[in-house]
Amino acid sequence: MAKELKLMKGNEAIAEAAIRSGCDGYFGYPITPQSEVMEHLMIEKPWETTGMVVLQAESETSSINMVYGGAGVGKKVMTSSSSPGISLMQEGLTYLAGAELPALIVNVVRGGPGLGTIQPSQADYFQAVKGGGHGDYQMYVLAPASVQEMYDFVFKAWEIAFKYRNPVMILSDGAIGQVMEKLYVGPHIPRWTEEELRKNAPWASCGKPTSRDHNIITSLDLDSAKQEEHNHKLQAKYREMEEKEVLFETINCEDAEYIFVAYGSSARIAQKAIQLGREKGIKVGLLRLITLFPFPKKQVAEFSKKVKGMLAVEMSAGQMVEDVRLAAEFRCPIEHFGRYGGIIHTPHEVLEALEEKIIKG
Amino acid sequence: MTEEIIIAGFGGQGVLSMGKILAYSGAMQDKEVSWMPSYGPEMRGGTANVSVIISDERISSPIISQFDTAIILNQQSLDKFQSAVKPGGILLYDPNGVFNPPTRKDINIYKVAATEKASELGMAKVFNMIVLGAFLQVKPVVTEEFIEKGLLKSLPERHHKMIPENLKAVQTGKAIVETVHVL
Repeated sequence: MAKELKLMKGNEAIAEAAIRSGCDGYFGYPITPQSEVMEHLMIEKPWETTGMVVLQAESETSSINMVYGGAGVGKKVMTSSSSPGISLMQEGLTYLAGAELPALIVNVVRGGPGLGTIQPSQADYFQAVKGGGHGDYQMYVLAPASVQEMYDFVFKAWEIAFKYRNPVMILSDGAIGQVMEKLYVGPHIPRWTEEELRKNAPWASCGKPTSRDHNIITSLDLDSAKQEEHNHKLQAKYREMEEKEVLFETINCEDAEYIFVAYGSSARIAQKAIQLGREKGIKVGLLRLITLFPFPKKQVAEFSKKVKGMLAVEMSAGQMVEDVRLAAEFRCPIEHFGRYGGIIHTPHEVLEALEEKIIKG
Repeated sequence: MTEEIIIAGFGGQGVLSMGKILAYSGAMQDKEVSWMPSYGPEMRGGTANVSVIISDERISSPIISQFDTAIILNQQSLDKFQSAVKPGGILLYDPNGVFNPPTRKDINIYKVAATEKASELGMAKVFNMIVLGAFLQVKPVVTEEFIEKGLLKSLPERHHKMIPENLKAVQTGKAIVETVHVL
């Protein structure tokens, strides 16, 4: 079936994808720069067409616990927010991970710390990939760099979330949320019927037939031996994701002597910096991270053996750069560049940083 | 062809919607487009700007700091963006309320008295389309046929009756744009 062309903001693309991917419920609380997610849902009124529930909760804490409830009965449920709101959800996220519940959480990151600013930032990397909530858990973290990916990754998120019974985060930022680009949307995928749900989520606590035992959804087990066993199971799942589900893209890397490592809007800015650099004869390429967890360790390690240096570009004081250094094991010079607190670096600044910190280095 | 444009003025002047119509028109003409607003706590009366890119190729960064064209609708924006126009680029401005006109000699400067004309013709609602017309006269990045298609796609249906007036405003802008020579 032919794809339909639209022009949409990244935030609207998330909402459109939710409806078209057969999402059962969205629970959220408005916050800039992602309010268009719920706004678009309210305009489209999917409860009248697909039966999807859209509910404005009284707070982010409430939204994430509604997600826990919906996920527990095997529904495709999601929430979205921006940094301060996501901080409020951290308890819910670790509970989701502990109880092994599939869910989608979208963070359209803004500058922090605290209430910070409403402008774009990438300073929630640590929170997204290193926990944020307590305990040894991981979310699968996708970093879209275009409006099309905001849309496509919602579908990807359901696939991973249900395959691994694990929360998935789309870690975006104010720039990708607000920018309007061309978007090709596909046909509607219907919501699961009750029969499909029972088949696809046999663990769900949605009514017990006499043929099986109780399905129990909990993150609590006071028996430490059992809890350790449960942790082993979780870790095995995360290792499997690292083995099978890493996503990245390489751009202009074939002849590259230098590599930008970036994700999200910084990856777009780095692509422009590559054009500017190559006009000056600098052979630079881009390793664009698509999954932040699992992190493309092997790819970074390979590049570290080939190139003269890497520049980690992110709108933070230096978070992702730590994972780049760990994966590269200091085989080549690795520096960080990024503006932060809501300021977006320009392509010229990125190129200048490469020249100053790495090439002259 | 890649045209990187900044449109800047006061909130309420139709800066964002002008950019949107331009982006839609480009998309209708099968170009790659991006529309990146400066979003802020300010609404009417504050400053507003949007970067629009129209290109035959995949767009790398929607976030840019140097522009082929700056379309400027107030003094603050002129002060902010004059230096961001690439050498040889275009600066188009509405002289209304501009007491320090542009001074660069290495760019092409044009003015369009859109505020004055809009009020003279009672077309305040489509002021921004007069400015857009002036730009398209100077640099036809999209053809008129696609401006109409862009309007159809970007305006909600209840406003479709306004399309003829919008297109008339584009024509007006094309007719009144003037070249400015910096001495």
